[in-house]
Amino acid sequence: MSAAVAAPLRTRLTHLQRLEAESIHIFREAVAEAENPVMLYSIGKDSSVLLHLALKAFAPGRLPFPLMHIDTTWKFREMIAFRDRRAKELGLELIVHTNQDGLAKGIGPVSHGSEVHTDVMKTQALRQALDKYKYDVAFGGARRDEEASRAKERIVSLRNGQHRWDPKRQRAEPWHLYNFKKRRGESFRVFPLSNWTELDIWLYIEQENIPIVPLYFAAERPVVERDGQLIMVDDDRFPLEPGETPQQRQVRFRTLGCYPLTGAVESPAATLPEIIGETLAARTSERQGRVIDKDGAGAMERKKQEGYF
Amino acid sequence: MTIHQSPEAFGYDAFLRQHQNKEVLRFITCGSVDDGKSTLIGRLLHDTKQIFDDQVTALQRDSRKHGTQGGEVDLALLVDGLQAEREQGITIDVAYRFFSTDRRSFIVADTPGHEQYTRNMATGASTADVAVILVDARHGLTRQTRRHALLVSLLGIRRVALAINKMDLVGWSQDKFEAIVSGFQAFAAPLNFIEVRAIPLSAKNGDNVVLPGAAATWYTDVPLLRYLEDVPVKSEERAAAFRMPVQWVNRPNSDFRGFSGLIASGSVAPGDAVTVAPSGKTSTIARIFTADGDLKRASEGQSVTLVLADEIDASRGAVIATSDAPLTLTDSLDVRLFWAAESDLVPGANLWAKVGTQTVNAVVKAVHRRIDPETGQAGPAAKLAVNDIGDVTLTLDRQIAVDPYAENRDTGSLILIDRETTDTAALGLVQTVVASSKVAPAPTASVTASAEPARSGGLLAGLKRLFGG
Repeated sequence: MSAAVAAPLRTRLTHLQRLEAESIHIFREAVAEAENPVMLYSIGKDSSVLLHLALKAFAPGRLPFPLMHIDTTWKFREMIAFRDRRAKELGLELIVHTNQDGLAKGIGPVSHGSEVHTDVMKTQALRQALDKYKYDVAFGGARRDEEASRAKERIVSLRNGQHRWDPKRQRAEPWHLYNFKKRRGESFRVFPLSNWTELDIWLYIEQENIPIVPLYFAAERPVVERDGQLIMVDDDRFPLEPGETPQQRQVRFRTLGCYPLTGAVESPAATLPEIIGETLAARTSERQGRVIDKDGAGAMERKKQEGYF
Repeated sequence: MTIHQSPEAFGYDAFLRQHQNKEVLRFITCGSVDDGKSTLIGRLLHDTKQIFDDQVTALQRDSRKHGTQGGEVDLALLVDGLQAEREQGITIDVAYRFFSTDRRSFIVADTPGHEQYTRNMATGASTADVAVILVDARHGLTRQTRRHALLVSLLGIRRVALAINKMDLVGWSQDKFEAIVSGFQAFAAPLNFIEVRAIPLSAKNGDNVVLPGAAATWYTDVPLLRYLEDVPVKSEERAAAFRMPVQWVNRPNSDFRGFSGLIASGSVAPGDAVTVAPSGKTSTIARIFTADGDLKRASEGQSVTLVLADEIDASRGAVIATSDAPLTLTDSLDVRLFWAAESDLVPGANLWAKVGTQTVNAVVKAVHRRIDPETGQAGPAAKLAVNDIGDVTLTLDRQIAVDPYAENRDTGSLILIDRETTDTAALGLVQTVVASSKVAPAPTASVTASAEPARSGGLLAGLKRLFGG
């Protein structure tokens, strides 16, 4: 009977197909075992891929969890517009959480520096939100190739009641078997994109035609130079030096975050194939544009232990 | 040679298609402390241009602070990501690394050779196609080499690259190289590898890693990377029966009811007769649903949603198999364990066992034997301690569907979970499966170690020779 179907007995899968299948499997495992899952949505390209995979995992059904965005109030305006548009188009449940204490105290990246801002408006905000809604599983788009300490984190990462990660108490994760048992108050961060690289993300965005924030594509944008980084002046909160005016330069972003903390790169790449070509030829890693990674050696490991994504 | 070409060289479209159509190879690196594992991976990343300028700058800074190469750039620091590792110059935990060439993408599990090595290496090996076993040319084969070779063999890895490192420090001596190779072959004979490819190299200098080394004129074979680009991926060598553990029942409305899962082995097409374990209900495949459209056939490694022709009861934890090769049901499992918990495992212990997509209660009925990690010889044991490998019988609180691990890595594996700490206490490989009841209506054979898997070339036979099973 099946012999009548003209298809090869064994499908030779590409690495993107295998990555996709693995990520979908992780989504389904986590949702099946979770009591109250949520997906952390940061609006960047990795979140776009994560959302695309989540939709595939549960099609033709609806997404069985809400999206949550931790809004520091310093994101690029184009990011917020993109977030709201996508949520509406896809009919998604979107929760936006901001640390109101931090906001009331006027904490920001310019006035308080990247370390305090990230701690209060991102790390503390995330912990507040997870506690408030009592999520036991939070999906995130982190990849192991991003940073050395992430290379050692599990796909299903146990956090204690204070959301801390203990790199020395990690569970073995063999085959496709994930252990979702936990004690009271503990929770999981789940990273379906663990085994993807930056190049895989771009190749997949091109292959699947996934919408991403236009800031990833080169355009004329108003920038100033700060500590060797090109910072886009996205609103009037950014303090200019006396007599300084932002310059229009052809730039794009390899990662997106809070605009005063996110360096642009000069680039003519305005299409996905051009971006992919640049990614392969790149001489600096994507995280180079992130000011927070440079808060001292081991900065990311420390932030993660404190509960940062 | 295989370094990424620029898109300008042959056009963006061809370039994109090439990279989108690559396949992936997963491999594990193993070796003793100081064999240069991290340096080798650092070299692979560096020479395939995965290391960026800002990372090299950071590397130069870190090498002055923590480097073990006397101020020279220490490539090991690229992969030792945790502060404690950098300070102590050791690798603590399994790290996953990624690189790609124009021909393949690679996922590398880098596992420490000492602390918790049993657990970490078994984890890394569980999904690997190939093992790269490092040997320091100065020291030759060590106890660790034997342990690592045995371990990857137990986990079902059939192809090994024997990377004989630090050849520069023995003057690229062909005699030394050949002595190590023949020593390894003699030791590994009962481990039943399909292939052992020995390559003399210097990870520190880069000879025979990515590029051929000029230093060894007597070695005319390929560098390590070329071997990894050409070696067959494991799944291509397996012709197992169709199995799909059900993860999730997708029921968005009364018109659609599908069983979602990752296909563990084999392939399936609409019209195929299937049997669902444990209920034994039979039906036929009506549709293979994916978000990209229905498939005419789906096989190992694909995440799909199967729609059956009949309304049959199945939930998470069920396993769908084609009716020509139905699953065996049992509530008693003979399992080889890699014990990872600090407390000992003794008969009567009560744990959770996660098998495929279901979690059941398991009581240790008996501890039979402990495997000597160097010789592979089995000896009597009453308990298992941390890092021990041993054979036990588990009694489950219900019947589950399994295959022997030698036939199927995914439906023949399990983890044991400590009920108090909720930590993963052990990795387990199902040894023999004796049916304690039949999966109606298909005839159920009792599958034992004597049943040689169709094309896996006698792994069980090798293990039986090794352990006198």
